[in-house]
Amino acid sequence: MPEREVYFDHNATTPLHPEVKAVMAEAMECYGNPSSLHASGRRSRAMVEQARERVARFINASPEEIIFVGSGSEANNTVLSVLSCPSGHCTCGVKRGRGILTTRIEHPCILETSKCLSDRGVPVTFCAVDSFGKVSMKELEEAVTDKTGLVSVMMANNEIGTIQDIKTIAKLAHEKGALFHTDAVQAVGKIPVDVKDLDVDFLSLSGHKIYGPKGIGALYIKKGVAFCSLIRGGHQEQGRRAGTENTIGIVGLGKAVEMRAAEMAEETVRLGKWKEVLRAGIEKDIPDVRFNGHPHDCLANTLNVSFEGVEGEAILLYLDLEGIAVSTGSACASGSLDPSHVLLATGVPVEDAHGSIRVSMGRDNTEGDVQYLLKKLPAIIQRVRGMSTAYAGRSK
Amino acid sequence: MSMSSGDWAYTDIVRDHFANPRNVLEDENAFEHDGKGITGNLKCGDQMMVVIKVNKDDQTIADCRWKTYGCASAIASTSILSEMVKGMPVDKAYEITPQDITNELGSLPEHKIHCSVLGDKALRAAIDDYYERGGMSNKIRKDEAKTICQCMNVTDHEIEHAVLEGARTYYELQEHTKLGTVCGQCEGAARELLQEYIKKHFG
Repeated sequence: MPEREVYFDHNATTPLHPEVKAVMAEAMECYGNPSSLHASGRRSRAMVEQARERVARFINASPEEIIFVGSGSEANNTVLSVLSCPSGHCTCGVKRGRGILTTRIEHPCILETSKCLSDRGVPVTFCAVDSFGKVSMKELEEAVTDKTGLVSVMMANNEIGTIQDIKTIAKLAHEKGALFHTDAVQAVGKIPVDVKDLDVDFLSLSGHKIYGPKGIGALYIKKGVAFCSLIRGGHQEQGRRAGTENTIGIVGLGKAVEMRAAEMAEETVRLGKWKEVLRAGIEKDIPDVRFNGHPHDCLANTLNVSFEGVEGEAILLYLDLEGIAVSTGSACASGSLDPSHVLLATGVPVEDAHGSIRVSMGRDNTEGDVQYLLKKLPAIIQRVRGMSTAYAGRSK
Repeated sequence: MSMSSGDWAYTDIVRDHFANPRNVLEDENAFEHDGKGITGNLKCGDQMMVVIKVNKDDQTIADCRWKTYGCASAIASTSILSEMVKGMPVDKAYEITPQDITNELGSLPEHKIHCSVLGDKALRAAIDDYYERGGMSNKIRKDEAKTICQCMNVTDHEIEHAVLEGARTYYELQEHTKLGTVCGQCEGAARELLQEYIKKHFG
C-alpha cells in the first residue's frame, strides 16, 4: 500500500463536495416530475428553479438564460449543431450558410463536432495558438469575416490551463456579426466568470469539474438570441432541451456553484502558491524538463510539464504505484496514435508531448500532498530515464 | 486516466514486471553483446532496444538485456521476454510471437497488445544482428512487406499493425489505413488478412 493517496487529477473530475452530497441525498427523496401539477411535482419544480437561480447568479445571468443539459459535452455539441442547422424553417437559421470558427486546442467534443459539421458542408476554420496556448489575435482578426456565423473559443484549457482573453475575442466576433460561444467547463469555478461583462452569447459549464455530480451541465443562452432544441420531444427547459429533468443532478449543480462562490477566491491563492512550489521543486531536482502552457494567464491549479526522454504513461503508472493520481498527454495512455493535440498545437515537439504530465490540484489537496509528489517524482523520472533509449542526460 | 492500486487493469504479473523490471541494460558500454536490435521510433512514443549474449557452445541465449522508451506494457512485456529467452536456443527464441509474451503475462488490455510487439521485434532484430555477425545470414528471415492496396499503397504489415492498434472490422481497418478507399478492389484480400491477423494475435 502506498504511504499516501494523493489526487492530482481535478481537471479530469472532482470528488463531490460534502455539502453537495448532503443536498443530493435529500433530493433523492423528492421523486415528483417537475412538470407535474400536483404537490410532489411542485416540490421538484421548486428545487430545480432554485438551482437554476444559483447557477445564473454565479455567472451573472438571469435564470431564464440557463438550461440544464447532460454534460459539458452536450452543451458544446448543442450550440455547434443547432446553429449550423440547415433547415429553412428553423428560427435560429439567421446564421445559415455561414461558418464556424474555433481553435486547435478545444476539447474533442468541439473539435469532433466541428469536423462532423464540416463533412456536412459547414465551413469550419481551426485557428492556431501561440507557444503558450493563446489564440493568435492576428490570425483570428483575419479569420473572422462576415461569412462567420459562430466563433467558439474555450475559456481555459483543460490540459495546459491557458486562459484566453474571451472579452476581446467576443467583441471581435460581434463586430463581424458573428455569435460567440465559450466552452467554460474548466474555467467556471476556478476563475470569476461574468457573462455580461464578457458579453458572450453562449457558455457551457459542467457539474463534475466543480465538486458537483457527473451527468449534469448547463448552457447559458443570452436573452434574445435565437435558439432551438437539439434533443427533441418535450417542452422542458423552455423547449430547448427535451427530457425529464435530472433533478438530483440539478440540485447538486446548484449547491456546487454556491460552494464555489464561497471557496473559490481563497483556494485560487492557495493553489497558485503551491503550483510555484511544485514548479520550483521540479526545476531544482529534475534536469531537462519543460513547462507547458502560459506563465501567467493560466489556471492556478494546473501544471503541465514534460520530461525529456521518458514516456508519460510509464510516469503516470509509477506515480500511481506511489498513490499519486495525475494524467498524461502521451498517446499510449489514451489508446490513440497521437499525443496531446493541445501540446502539439503549441509547438511542443512530439517526443515532449509523449513525455508530459498534468498535475491538477483541487480544494481537498494539502501542502503535504505537494511535498509528497516532490519527494517521489525525481526518483521515478531518474528510474524511467535509466531504462530509456531516448535519454542522453545532457544536463546530468 | 488513472488507476487506483486496488483496481489495476493489468494482471499481477504485468504489475510486478512493471514495478520491478528485470534485466534492464544499465550501462550499454559495459555490456559486451553478440547481437543488438532496435525497433520503434520516438515520434510514435515507443522505442525498444534488446541486446543478447550467446553461449557459442550450444547456441543458447546466455543473457538478454533491454532498454525502452515506452509505456508500462512495453516495460512489462520486454522484462518478461528477457526472462523467457535466457537459456533458450537462439533458433527457438527467433520464433517467439507477441502472443507467447501475452500468454506469459497472463493477459494485456487489448489496446496494449501492440506494445508487446516491440520487445519481440527488437529481439528478432538482435538475433538477426547475431546471425549477421556470425556469418549465418542465411538464417535471417526476410520479412518483406506485400502491398495489398495499390491505390493507397497499404501493405500487409500495416494491416497487421492496424489490427494490433484495435481494428476489428473492415470499416475500422479503413479508418486506420485508408485502404480500399479508392477503387476498392483489394477489399476481399484485406478482409481475409484482417481475419488472419485477428486470429493470430487475439485467438
